[in-house]
Amino acid sequence: MKIIVLAKQVPDTNEVKIDPVKGTLIREGVPSILNPDDANAIEEALALKDQYPGTTVDVVSMGPPQATYMLRECLAMGADNAYLLSSRVFGGADTCATSTTLAAGVKKIGDYDIIFAGRQAIDGDTAQVGPQTAQRLGIPSVTYVQKIREIKDKTVVVERALEDGYEVIEIQKPCVLTAIKELNTPRYMSVAQIEEAYKKEIAVWDEKALNVDPSDVGLVASPTQVHKSFTPPPKGAGEMLTGTVPEMAAALVAKLTEKHVLADH
Amino acid sequence: MAIKIIAEKCKGCELCVKGCPQGAFTVKDKLAIVGPECNMCNQCLEPKFCPFGAIVKVEERSKTFAVDITQYHDVWVFAEQRDGQLMGVSVELLGEGKRLAAEIGCKVCAVLCGDNVDGLVDELYEYGADKVYYANAPELKTYNTDAYTHVIYQAILKHKPEIVLMGATHIGRDLGPCLAVKCETGLTADCTKLDIDPEDKKLMQTRPAFGGNLMATIVCPSHRPQMSTVRPGVMQKPERKAGQKGERIDLEVAFKSGDIRMEVLEIVKAMKEMVSLTDANVIVSGGAGLGNADGFKLLKELADKLGGVVGSSRAAVDAGWIDHSHQVGQTGTTVKPSLYIACGISGAIQHLAGMQSSDYIVAINKSENAPIFEVADYGIVGDLYKVIPEIISALG
Repeated sequence: MKIIVLAKQVPDTNEVKIDPVKGTLIREGVPSILNPDDANAIEEALALKDQYPGTTVDVVSMGPPQATYMLRECLAMGADNAYLLSSRVFGGADTCATSTTLAAGVKKIGDYDIIFAGRQAIDGDTAQVGPQTAQRLGIPSVTYVQKIREIKDKTVVVERALEDGYEVIEIQKPCVLTAIKELNTPRYMSVAQIEEAYKKEIAVWDEKALNVDPSDVGLVASPTQVHKSFTPPPKGAGEMLTGTVPEMAAALVAKLTEKHVLADH
Repeated sequence: MAIKIIAEKCKGCELCVKGCPQGAFTVKDKLAIVGPECNMCNQCLEPKFCPFGAIVKVEERSKTFAVDITQYHDVWVFAEQRDGQLMGVSVELLGEGKRLAAEIGCKVCAVLCGDNVDGLVDELYEYGADKVYYANAPELKTYNTDAYTHVIYQAILKHKPEIVLMGATHIGRDLGPCLAVKCETGLTADCTKLDIDPEDKKLMQTRPAFGGNLMATIVCPSHRPQMSTVRPGVMQKPERKAGQKGERIDLEVAFKSGDIRMEVLEIVKAMKEMVSLTDANVIVSGGAGLGNADGFKLLKELADKLGGVVGSSRAAVDAGWIDHSHQVGQTGTTVKPSLYIACGISGAIQHLAGMQSSDYIVAINKSENAPIFEVADYGIVGDLYKVIPEIISALG
């Protein structure tokens, strides 16, 4: 089986804080990480590789040159090859344009049975790039995959999470499946594999290597534009209650009653 | 467009290096350089970002598009049904769609896919749909990515809506991306606010980005339709007007072999208790400060007393103390109850994004420096295991 995984290096948004004076994001010291859902995507691919000997797992990412660190992490987890799609003309892309570049990368790798991607990246939370890449490749997709039930000859049977349960879907191969954290627990890198990972070449492909027209990718091919961005206005801080615990509890109930939030007691 | 540096104005002070959320700036020889990490979030255009005005946005060559945007009219709402029941968010979007349509001067229409769900057509009129585009076929009984994308894409090609709105449900967030690429147009995910630009009538789509740390207003100037998925629970539900009528337009449904490449074999409803966070009037939420799963029993007691439900932060879900269906915040549910009581929740920005529009917020936390107090109407610094029983007893 040939598996391709789409992965992204993202800033750890849990570590991002707002400068209270300037109202801007504090970027300093925020680590770049492998996007969490993408780690589940890689894990699932590697689990299938463990199960089906002869399976290869190739990881593709679009990003700046430093995303090779994240790709080495994927190699150290056990991926066979890693490819970075990197060029100034790919930059500033929305999901629509990103999917064009990723689809070109997948086509250059060639043959594949399953493409895994994370459901969404924590820096954008759009959940769009996986299914959009499938559309560009002309293959079907299932998002929010929580379990792979069975790999058949021509199809895959998966569970897709819904808000109040799940669906069991049988989908034709080749296909794109996007992973959620319920799918599995990503493995750690092993020391031996870290050493191996640093011996491997990571191919870096630009628009020439992918044979894409620069006007079809990146910012110029992005239908959406950011009109403005701003930090959400903080709600004004309220009143801190003081006194003993019973006094504070009584004061709270009295205040909420006074504001008609609670019925009279 | 691109972000450029005016070399004469740049002092090499590195403020931009520190401030850029993408880390796109570097300074070399006292001159800032914009790298490929730039995703045009435009934050750096604010004066405080570069006091010397050296950062500017310049127009670059732009691709010419064949789409004649003047041919596109009306606001469409994807009327998502499951088991023949309309999803609440679709009703909310009809109300919001009506408001936007009034500002543009066009109609609001619903797009309904299903198998003999004719009754929903009338319901959609009563919630304000001027027209209902109805695709009726056995293949559309339950949501199927390929089938729904195929039918709605054909309808968009034929009828050319200006705006298409979908609920940001697991289904809307699956359908939207597929439709957007087929239409070669933009899609803005998880919007929390929509507006019409009074000058050119384009849709201004505001959404949280960067885990809720930033809000971004997105536009789609030269492609149509303009598409958004919208978070459930943030728009007002319109009033249902019994007997209100509209126009029904039946969509042609024809599938060729190969159009549908997947099959839903089974739908399994979770046996877990359904939590209706979005409808709750009172929510008592717990976070890492609870220390263990048992803490939720105490919260449940308070919630029962107040006629409310129990919510949680992501930390409590990740710790395995409570099911994800209780989670409030960026990756959980957005709520706006009359009363939100946050117990042992520090107030990560992702959590705040999901609850700060509650009418009244009460925070109980051991640490007086917890960010949750910045959004609270009433704050109590103390041990929740002591404070909550006292509140329960004060409630009588």
